Amino acid sequence: MTSVAVAIPRSGRTRRVLPGFGLTMGLTLSYVGIIVLLPVLALVLKGAEIGPVRYWEIVTSPRTLAALRLTVTAAAIATLFNAAYGLLMAWVLTRYCFPGRRLLDAMMDIPFALPTAVAGLSLTALFSANGWYGSILAPAGISVVYTIWGVAIAMSFTSVPFVVRTVQPILEDLDPAVEEAARSLGASPFTIFRRVIFPAIQPAFLVGATIAFARSLGEFGAVIFIAGNLPMKTEIASLLAMIRLEEYDYNGAAAIALTLMLIALILLALSNWLQSRMQRKGGVT
Amino acid sequence: MSLAMSNITRRFGQTEVLRGIDLDVAKGELIALLGPSGSGKTTLLRIIAGLDWPDAGNLSFEGQDWLLKTAAQRKIGMVFQHYALFPHMTVRENIAFGLTVLPRAQRPGKAQIAETVQRLLTFLQISQLADRYPSELSGGQRQRVALGRAMAIEPRVLLLDEPFGALDAQVRRDLRRWLRSVHDSAGITTIFVTHDQEEAFELADRVVVMNGGVIEQIGRPDQIYDHPATPFVARFLGLTVELPVVMKAGRAEAAGFDLTALPRRALPEGPATLFLRPADIQPVADPAAPFHLTEISSTGALLRVVAESDSGCRIEAEVPRRDGHGLETGMNVSLCAVAGQIFPGLASQRASSPVAAETTPHALKENRL
Repeated sequence: MTSVAVAIPRSGRTRRVLPGFGLTMGLTLSYVGIIVLLPVLALVLKGAEIGPVRYWEIVTSPRTLAALRLTVTAAAIATLFNAAYGLLMAWVLTRYCFPGRRLLDAMMDIPFALPTAVAGLSLTALFSANGWYGSILAPAGISVVYTIWGVAIAMSFTSVPFVVRTVQPILEDLDPAVEEAARSLGASPFTIFRRVIFPAIQPAFLVGATIAFARSLGEFGAVIFIAGNLPMKTEIASLLAMIRLEEYDYNGAAAIALTLMLIALILLALSNWLQSRMQRKGGVT
Repeated sequence: MSLAMSNITRRFGQTEVLRGIDLDVAKGELIALLGPSGSGKTTLLRIIAGLDWPDAGNLSFEGQDWLLKTAAQRKIGMVFQHYALFPHMTVRENIAFGLTVLPRAQRPGKAQIAETVQRLLTFLQISQLADRYPSELSGGQRQRVALGRAMAIEPRVLLLDEPFGALDAQVRRDLRRWLRSVHDSAGITTIFVTHDQEEAFELADRVVVMNGGVIEQIGRPDQIYDHPATPFVARFLGLTVELPVVMKAGRAEAAGFDLTALPRRALPEGPATLFLRPADIQPVADPAAPFHLTEISSTGALLRVVAESDSGCRIEAEVPRRDGHGLETGMNVSLCAVAGQIFPGLASQRASSPVAAETTPHALKENRL
């Protein structure tokens, strides 16, 4: 009997290889609690304080509705563009060898590093009627500054690295033998991409596009310079929330913020669900 | 003759990976390309598959120039070393792939594809795995699926790159027999690459031994085993004891050795090198002989015996344990060679030693990138 008792370790603690589980886990949870969960909770509570009727009134007021519609539409345009362009960029960076590839690779991160206000200012300068691009577009009757297109361009500028950086590592890890197998079985290059390569990168591609969309929804600094911020026309939701705050209308600000957060959360949940469905099917090795 | 290669040459940068390969493969034959890593065997296989092109030489199949055809046009079935199954498709979808990507005009109907796949699943004994994904299969099962996928397009030639390399010993033996039976009943001309001599000899009709980008010997397994054509083949096939001998009237002589069991050879008088397998050397107690036993260790079935002469010559021999009762360390023995291969001149000591062979593939990989 005693020998059996001795053979069993006293607790799980003794079996852990890495020390400091308590400390590191505690720090992580405190961080998540204080920096992430608490503000979100505060926002939800503040929204709940307003009451559903008042909340609905604020959100469905013409100005808020217009701002939300603009934000979501512009973010969707920016995401569609980024999904296509980001995939192309990731492809070029992983598949071809050309001089300056590393430089181009490093340049992909500029939108992350650049202060968004700087991005907004330079985009405005480029697209204004006497700017480099604007002077070409204006005679053709296309105006970008102070329109939804300006908003979308600013959003796509700041969020394009998300797609590139999520797809790139997956493309790099693809086993070239899988493509060779498809080739030897008679598949054309386009078929290989459609049926072999794209299914492999699809989960990462979706995640990248979703994060890019979420980021676009909340983009502030880059957008407000180029948008012109005309109420009902080119006023984005987060700017409207700030305007409400400056008017000491805390309820109005909280209601708009809560709505933006809900849209982002729904999107994240949707992408997670899509991903897990695909992983089950794909059986990631 | 179905597949003919002549003078195929391929270099990656400075490295000559293939240096003039001439090989003819008959219809329905099962051929093994055997050699150490870096010998160019996989490159040759990839050239036949149309995944790589030679710098010079000819490759034709039934009179057609295959170098003018793409991989898809050649209709070859390739099984890759790590199987390269499509991870997001089920076994059934993997096997059907080659049929579903055919141009619309040649593509069989859905029902017909399903029927072909089902027939292959049954033939390869993997029907129960049809709806699994590759990540849910064992190595041996993946191997079978990879073969099924390659066979679905009714290939004219089947190519396998190290087909059993990533499997454990028991599965390897089972699959080897299974592959042989698949080949015999399907009758497809098959070429496979291996570095495992036992695998090549058990499976193949003919074995092609390659080294450093050239073919060292082509022959039936027994032929190669009994009569290795070059010192490299001899060493590669386990004739690891290299003994300097003197030829006199067609017979080899060496101090302390009894070489009378070896057949006469039409070789010039003078120095030569005798290659022996440790198992073909029998120590015989002889008080007057210059060799004495210094080490005896058992591997279970065999006794590994080391004999040293007074002049510092060290010979390893293997004796079945039940025949080795009388052997003791320190006793004087003469060594009797039962079989061996003699090459004229003094063989350059380990010109192609394993160390040299190991450095080549790295250089090769770098050049491929």
